[in-house]
This record gives sequence, structure tokens and C-alpha cells, in this order.
Amino acid sequence: MAHSYSRRRIGIPIAMAALTFGVAACGSSGSKTTATTAGTGTPGTTASGTSGSIKKGLVVYFIPKDTQNPYEVIADQGGATALKDLGGKVVVSSGTADTAAAQIPSIQAAIQAHADAIVIAGNDPSALCPSLSQAQAAGIKVVSFDSDVTCANHLFINQANTEQIGTSEVDLLAKQINNTGDIAILSAAATATNQNQWIGYMKQQLTKYPNMHLVSTVYGNDDPATSLTVLQGLLSAYPNLAGIISPTTVGISTAAQYLDNHKDLLSHLTLTGLGLPSQMKPYIKDGTVKAFELWNPNDLGYLAGYAAASLASGTASLTTDSKFTAGRLGSYTVLAPAGTTGPSVVLGPPTVFDSSNIDQFNF
Amino acid sequence: MLSEPAIAVSQEPLLGGPGGTEPGPGAASRAPRSWRSLLRWETALVFCLVATLIYGAGVPHFMSSTNIFYIGINMGEIAIMALPLTLIIMTGEIDLSVASMLGLSSTLLGYLFKHGWPIALAMVVVLIIGAAGGALNGFLVTKMKLPSIAVTIGTLTLYRGIAEIILGTGSVTGFPSSLTKIGVVPIAHTKLSYSIGIFLVLAVVFAVVLHATPVGRSIFAIGLQSEAAHFSGIRVERIKFTLFVLSGLICSFAGILWTLRFATSRFDAGTGLELTVVTIVLFGGVSIFGGRGSILGVVLAVVIVGCIQEALTLKNVAAEVQNIVTGALLLISVIVPNSADGIQRLRARSRGRARRRAQLRPTDLATTTTTER
Repeated sequence: MAHSYSRRRIGIPIAMAALTFGVAACGSSGSKTTATTAGTGTPGTTASGTSGSIKKGLVVYFIPKDTQNPYEVIADQGGATALKDLGGKVVVSSGTADTAAAQIPSIQAAIQAHADAIVIAGNDPSALCPSLSQAQAAGIKVVSFDSDVTCANHLFINQANTEQIGTSEVDLLAKQINNTGDIAILSAAATATNQNQWIGYMKQQLTKYPNMHLVSTVYGNDDPATSLTVLQGLLSAYPNLAGIISPTTVGISTAAQYLDNHKDLLSHLTLTGLGLPSQMKPYIKDGTVKAFELWNPNDLGYLAGYAAASLASGTASLTTDSKFTAGRLGSYTVLAPAGTTGPSVVLGPPTVFDSSNIDQFNF
Repeated sequence: MLSEPAIAVSQEPLLGGPGGTEPGPGAASRAPRSWRSLLRWETALVFCLVATLIYGAGVPHFMSSTNIFYIGINMGEIAIMALPLTLIIMTGEIDLSVASMLGLSSTLLGYLFKHGWPIALAMVVVLIIGAAGGALNGFLVTKMKLPSIAVTIGTLTLYRGIAEIILGTGSVTGFPSSLTKIGVVPIAHTKLSYSIGIFLVLAVVFAVVLHATPVGRSIFAIGLQSEAAHFSGIRVERIKFTLFVLSGLICSFAGILWTLRFATSRFDAGTGLELTVVTIVLFGGVSIFGGRGSILGVVLAVVIVGCIQEALTLKNVAAEVQNIVTGALLLISVIVPNSADGIQRLRARSRGRARRRAQLRPTDLATTTTTER
């Protein structure tokens, strides 16, 4: 409004002129031709070993679910690091509400700014596709992370592979309890697909540890009160329990809080699982929990940034088994589409958080 | 219209407000006062728009033809829903269920389409349900005599809840691409999105109805003094009921556009948009107390808000700062005229006789109130 007051005397004729200019001004209409890097050939035909180097001065738009999501803020920072290493830059743009409609202006801005690539965490699997396909038509490469979209021709950066999460949690617990004892799982809802897949791989991995026995799987429905109730039931039914794996952030934090108040249990009981460093920090600090896992969002963003830059430079493609390198993280191979997921790469095994690194993370 | 001079009186503070010079008595005799004061508010909005465009001119890519399309497509459904809401607020009521009706319509369209209904038939059913939902609001407000803010907060939750029951957390896609192209291409030979094109046509219709027909004058009268309007023979209940039905119908139409634009049907479509729609209407100069406003103001408000959001996004101003900028802008432009108007009304109410005198000598009162401020 301050503007409007100071400009007030300019008058309606100028207003009309400005309007006319606004309508008539014919800037770029978003169409863009990308130069193909020598040696890559037509996208989609190069099987592997795409050569060439990453272009300088690339602009990659990171569009998180919203600008305040702590997890994605760290991922965006990882992406910024990647592009900085590559001589380009990251622009982070999104709304404050987790809706597809709030992300669309950011996609439009990327098109207008002739960005080279968009890295997006979709608030909706399909509603962004019309806008993203417009971006692709303008020559922008699309990469998704954290929350995939169902649109065609994009690369999904999968934070962790289902099998690796299941097996690594068993390995992490086994290391802490010397491969011996009765263990239990404190899960979320009995119907949660991802949880059940992880538990399936845990059971498979447990066959490698003959002295560890899974005695029970209980479900806290990702609700602290329910998780506490089933945990107490578990502890009274199996007083000599050696370990609990809770592959859910609600479960593990509830259990950690309980153990924090019942430290006598720690003499024989070890807790691990998937947790948020911010929630688990006090329990790591006071020794209630020795180690837990989660994927590292900084690495996730870093990989997404490299993938986007590589796609934009033609040094990566969406073809199954094609490879690209992602700086400090090493080489990645594009996996074949499976189910509703299109071409994807998997970040790698989850990161283990313990007293040595917990202070570096605040999500 | 008996109550028209009262309009002029209650708007005097606005005339003396930001940007306005004091109206000369000579001018008052030349034109109807209500029409002149409305122009005042719109003039302020035009200046606001110019300021936005001047700011936008300095933002890279803002002055591009593509941008006109983007602003249109981002604002389209919001703008369409603002039109019937303008009339409802003019009568002193409110409809907060607009965005939920959009969501319910989107959901229903997806549900029917998924179950093999021809898309055209599904759209007709959606529009009927929309009108029925509006009729429920209208019934509760006019027949049950319930306050519209409570009723429509209730249906806001109700319609969204029904939408969630219908589709759960799933989404429906696969709408015919001949229809979903409205989300990506402008109307042929123009830079206007289909939604904003439809809005402009509807805006002309609404403007004619509001400003040039007896129905429109009745809407003004209801907003100013519902009982007086009733006693002067205006069918207050019937007009209000019709407006709620119209709102439901048009919001469900906006829901169809929304679904096609995103090529997706989900229960949470348009969550929270009701506040944007209401702020646009108020920013357009429509009084929350009813009885004052114009379609032109609402159209200008749509353009200004669309331009500001686009310019700030292009400049990559953080989303939370954008919210503050738009929020503050809207707040200032809503508080200033409405608080002055509200105070004026309270005074007028406590001085019924003074008010009657004002109808005889409006200019005198105008001078008095300005001095008091």
C-alpha cells in the first residue's frame, strides 16, 4: 500500500498504459531449447556410461513440500551444496501450506526463470503433473525426492530401500546385544504397508542370527499413548527381553521416554529403530539409546542435486542401468520402473545416528 | 430506493480516507452519491494495481505474456467463487463453505468418473449436488434463522468430511486430456486461462445484475437494513436463499475446473481457500457489514492479489514473507474503510434522528464526520 500511496498522483491514464503494457508485453513464453551435450546422443538410447561433464551455471529449483518442513530444509541444504560444488545454484521455492496448489507457482517460476531442473517433493502424487509436464516441455528436467509424483519422465530419488531398512535394523540391534536374546518389534499400525514390508525383511534377516528370537510384534498405531500401553504389556509378558526394534519415530521415542524413566531395564534391554535425531538426542546423550537409524536428508538432497544437474547436462539419463556419479556419495545406477514408481535411484543404507554424530542433525 | 442516501452517508469516511480529496458539494449534486463513492474505492484499487505493476516491472520475467496466463490460472477458481460470495456478503451474510464445496465437487466428479459415468453427466450431477449444498446453507440461514457464519462453518466441515468419506485418501486421475488441457493451455489466441476467461464473463453478468437491476438494488438494500428492505416489499429470505444456492452451484463449477486443471480428484482439493476468497471480496471494497461493494472492485482485487503473489514468487521471496505481505496489505485495506464504516454505523444507529436529518442534508453530515475523524 505504501507504494500505492506514493504513486497515487500518477493518474489513471498511466494506470491504463501500464495495464496495456502488461498485456501487450510479450516476453519469453517459457519455451526453451536445451543444448544437448556432445556424446550423450538421444536421451533414452544411451544405456550406460554416459560421458561428458556437468555444465557450469546450472539453475536447479528445489520445491519442497513447504518451506518450513525441517527434514526438507536439510535436504535443500544438501542440494545447495551439490550445486555449489558443480558451479551452479539452487533456488528453494515453495508455499507454506502442504498443498499441490501452493507448489504450482514455484513450478511456474522455474519455467519463467528458465531453470535447468526441478527437484520436487510432491504434496500430491498426480495433481502436479500438468504443471510438471509443462516444465518438461520447456526443457526442464524433473527429479522427485521424499514424496514421489506419478508423472512421466522423471527420476525418483528413493531415500532408502525397503530391504536395507529391515535388514540393517536387525544388524544394528544384533551388534548391540551380541547376537543373542529374545527381541520384539514395536510397530505402527498393523496395516501400515511400509512397516510390514520392513518387518518381513527383519524376519528374513533374523534367520542369520540363530541366537536371536523374535518373540512378539506389537502395534502402537503411531500414537504415543497406545504405543506406551502395548510396550508395558510387552515388558510384563517378556521381562527378560533383550531388544526392541521400533521402526517408527513415534514408537521409538515413546519407548525411549519410558526407558529413560525406568533405567533399571537398560541393564538387559536395548532399544533401536527408526527415529528422528531431534527427538532422540536427549536419549542418546544420557545413554538410554545407543544407536538408531534414519536416512540422512542432507545426503538425499545432495544426491537429488547431483541427479538433477547430471540430467540437465546429459551426463545421466532415465534409462535402466545407466549410471551417474554424485560427488562424495559415489556412483549410482538408475533402477528399472517398478509398480507405480518410475525410474529411480536409491540413496543407500540408512545413516546410523549415535553419540558421535547426533549433534550434527536437527530435524 | 429509500435507503440509498444512507449509503452515501456511511461511506463518507471512505471518501476522506487515503487517496481521496474531500468531495465538493457541487459534485454531489451531479452524480448519485453511492456510485461516486464506489468509484473512489475502485480508484484506490487502480492505484494499488499500478503500484503492483510498477513493482512487478522490476521483477525478472514478470512482464511476460506467459505470466498473464499463470496469474489467471492460479487465481481462476478463487475469482469465480468470489463472485457469488460478493453478493452474499453484500446482503450481510457470509458463506465459508465455498472451498469445501469445491473439494466435495472435485471428489464427487472423480468418484463418478471412476465408476464409469460419462464425464458430462458426472458434471451435471456435481452441479446439482452443489446447488443442493448451497440450498442447505440457504435453508438453515433463512428458514431456521441461524447465523450464516455458524451454519457455513458447520457445512465447511461437513462437506469436507463427506468428501473424505467418498474418496478417502485416494485420488482419481485419468480425466480426458481434451478437458484437462484447460490446466496447461490458454484460450486460443489469448493469454487468458479458461478459468479466468469464464470468470470475466461471469463478472460481467454479476455486475449487470448487481448494479443495473432491481434484484441488485434489493441486495444493497438488504445489506443496509434487512428489516427496512423487508417492509419495503423486498423478498429478503428468498433473495438470500437464492444467493446461497447460486454460491453452491458456482463453487461446484469451480470444483470441476479445479479437478480438470490438476487432472486429479482428491478430497482435500482447495483446502483453506475460503479465507483467500473472503479476503479478495473484502479487499475489493465489499463491506463485511453488507450494503456496500461492487463487482469491479472484486475484479481489481483478483488482479492485484494475483500480480502480487506472482511477482513475489518470481522474485523468490520466501513464502512466509509473502504471506505477511499479502496478509498485511489485505488487512490494512480491509480494516481502514470497514472500521471507519463500522464506527459510522454505530454512531448512526445511536443517533437515529441524526440519521434521518442526514437524509435531508447529506453534505452537512459528511463535513461533520470528517472533522470528527
